[in-house]
Amino acid sequence: MLTALLAMAGLALFLGLVLGFAAIKFKVEESPLVQKIDAILPQTQCGQCTYPGCKPYATAIAAGEADINQCPPGGEEGIRKLAELLGVEPKPLNAEHGVTKPKAVAVIDENLCIGCTLCIQACPVDAILGAAKHMHTVIAPECTGCELCIPPCPVDCISMAPIQEDITTWKWKYPVYSIKHA
Amino acid sequence: MRQLFDFHGGVHPAQHKAESATLPIAAAPLPTRLIVPMHQHIGNRAKPIVSVGERVLKGQMIGQADGYISCAVHAPTSGTVSAIEMATVPHPSGLPDLCISIEPDGADQWVERTPLDYAAMNPSELRNRLRDLGLAGMGGAVFPSHAKLNPGRRPNVPTLILNGAECEPWITCDDMLMRERADQIISGAKIMQHMLGATEVLIGIEDNKPEAIQALRAACAGTDFEVVVVPTKYPSGGAKQLTKILTGKEPPAGGRSTEIGVQVFNVATAYSLARAVLHGEPVISRMVTVTGNVERPQNFEALIGTPARDLVALAGPPRADTQGYIMGGPMMGFKLPADQAPLIKATNCLIATSPKLFPAPPPALPCIRCTLCAQACPVELQPQELYWFARGKEFGKAQEYDLFDCIECGCCDYVCPSHIPLVQYYRFAKSEIWAREREKDKADIARDRHEFRDYRIEREKKDRADKLAAKTQGPKTPVTGHTEADNKQAAIQAAIDRAKLKRAGVEPKNVDNLPADKLQEIREIEARRAQLKHAMEKPAETP
Repeated sequence: MLTALLAMAGLALFLGLVLGFAAIKFKVEESPLVQKIDAILPQTQCGQCTYPGCKPYATAIAAGEADINQCPPGGEEGIRKLAELLGVEPKPLNAEHGVTKPKAVAVIDENLCIGCTLCIQACPVDAILGAAKHMHTVIAPECTGCELCIPPCPVDCISMAPIQEDITTWKWKYPVYSIKHA
Repeated sequence: MRQLFDFHGGVHPAQHKAESATLPIAAAPLPTRLIVPMHQHIGNRAKPIVSVGERVLKGQMIGQADGYISCAVHAPTSGTVSAIEMATVPHPSGLPDLCISIEPDGADQWVERTPLDYAAMNPSELRNRLRDLGLAGMGGAVFPSHAKLNPGRRPNVPTLILNGAECEPWITCDDMLMRERADQIISGAKIMQHMLGATEVLIGIEDNKPEAIQALRAACAGTDFEVVVVPTKYPSGGAKQLTKILTGKEPPAGGRSTEIGVQVFNVATAYSLARAVLHGEPVISRMVTVTGNVERPQNFEALIGTPARDLVALAGPPRADTQGYIMGGPMMGFKLPADQAPLIKATNCLIATSPKLFPAPPPALPCIRCTLCAQACPVELQPQELYWFARGKEFGKAQEYDLFDCIECGCCDYVCPSHIPLVQYYRFAKSEIWAREREKDKADIARDRHEFRDYRIEREKKDRADKLAAKTQGPKTPVTGHTEADNKQAAIQAAIDRAKLKRAGVEPKNVDNLPADKLQEIREIEARRAQLKHAMEKPAETP
């Protein structure tokens, strides 16, 4: 009787120590769910979801504060992936947050730019280059197309240019058959 | 007698090779205008280094290789650069790409050609020279050859295979090249053997090319190269399939043939390597079969940049019912978007099509799960499963079923009783997956940049707060024994020392793969910098 009790107590103590050690040694800094959600989000950092970036939105989804249909750049596919990850039903994009647009980059009309640096401060990914009273320009490959630089511009010299398909980004099309008139 | 192995599946389509193999290779005349695309190879597009209006010589470099997986592009003849613009290129998309147009002056004047003493050259320098001579695989995949001729970390690649199988119907350009120029192919193979350190050189040719086999056997006399005759079966000319036939070895899924000590080159690549190394001639022409719905099907040695319609005209005007042109073979080729699209390093064949020769496939019927495609697949995939996944856009599943090991040979299409365009589904799935990967990479960069920006803003805020705090507290009392001026002097000296230390630690990097003129430029800049530094230090020494 006593042996059995001691054995069980000893085992419990040992396992407790192992678990305690593992909890400290393999501590997860951040909720892995937030990271998984963040990996699905398009990283446009546009704030259309009402959160100040993709990571805060991911945190809000993980905490159950935000819905999964608030990200227009992620589109339907993004919502489907989030639904899959979280085990909920996919739903259509909430139109309050905007509509999914084709991928675009910001273009500064360099003749009109007055060098006010407001767009540089607005860019969430530091993709605009320039200095005060000097012309600014967009580093196109780094631009996420978030459109955050457009409202602050006092001379309205920024426009969005859709990304054109070229030979390196061209995709084979889904096979379709033309219906012929008999 | 060497033991041959068989690969799984394969098909026997009608060959149609006799049509174009009756006449010898003819040199195509100079066209009135040459359109040379800058992106003819796998890897980065070449960078134009000439300007409009400039006179160029035959063989002069007009596009410089950009990065390691890239190769140079050269002027096919002497003349004037008339345009550098986006123009139609032979690509299934039909989208334009950057091309340099040259108006020939008719003189066909060569740039100075220097043969390379390959045996005495440093291997890395030799590979760089090959990249600058525009060497790329002439079998159709156009992978830059210098990268394949690098044994890498291993001491050598024991087996070199020359691919002369030419298994696709209609095409005879390698056959005719082997018949007529076997000696130069063997010279090229010797250079490859030297560069790879290969101990065994095998030349695989299908048994439907007896003249080519005889010619290469004669050229191989006195060497230990072995010409191996392989049974005719499509796609025995696939690099991995030929490796299996000749050695019985298969590279691992998703792996390269060098992992099993084998490297495969097309015979035409060996030929252009010999021209490049022994004669100093860059890749400015290639053999091309013009066949199909034309009067006199034949092989031509044509300049890169020759418009397709000029080439087709050489084989007699295309017949009235010609619908368009296929570049490559009927199994793996694609329809040219326009007949002014130029010849590129990858163009082994141009087939004029007509409804009689290539009737439109009947409408696709539902898959009946007969698994004929699985029996025909030379890579032993499950094409019917891949089809369902690609059709349902379940790309993850398709990848699990090794979609990327598919060589797009078209055997499954060929045998499908329901006429489903299977390869088109696989290509669709592959390019969607690539597009998603590109987007993912871009998102990762955006995430990093956003995180760094947040960090930067935080840091700036903290710095400002610290400075403010320091100011409100007032200057600290100087350490006893030192005046304020001393402290200041010490701080300045410390800063100078730190800067010196930092400068000494900075070493230029990433200059290993640069062309000679860039290295020269870097040296000049360094010299100027040293001079300036010297001039700045001098007044300090003599106050």
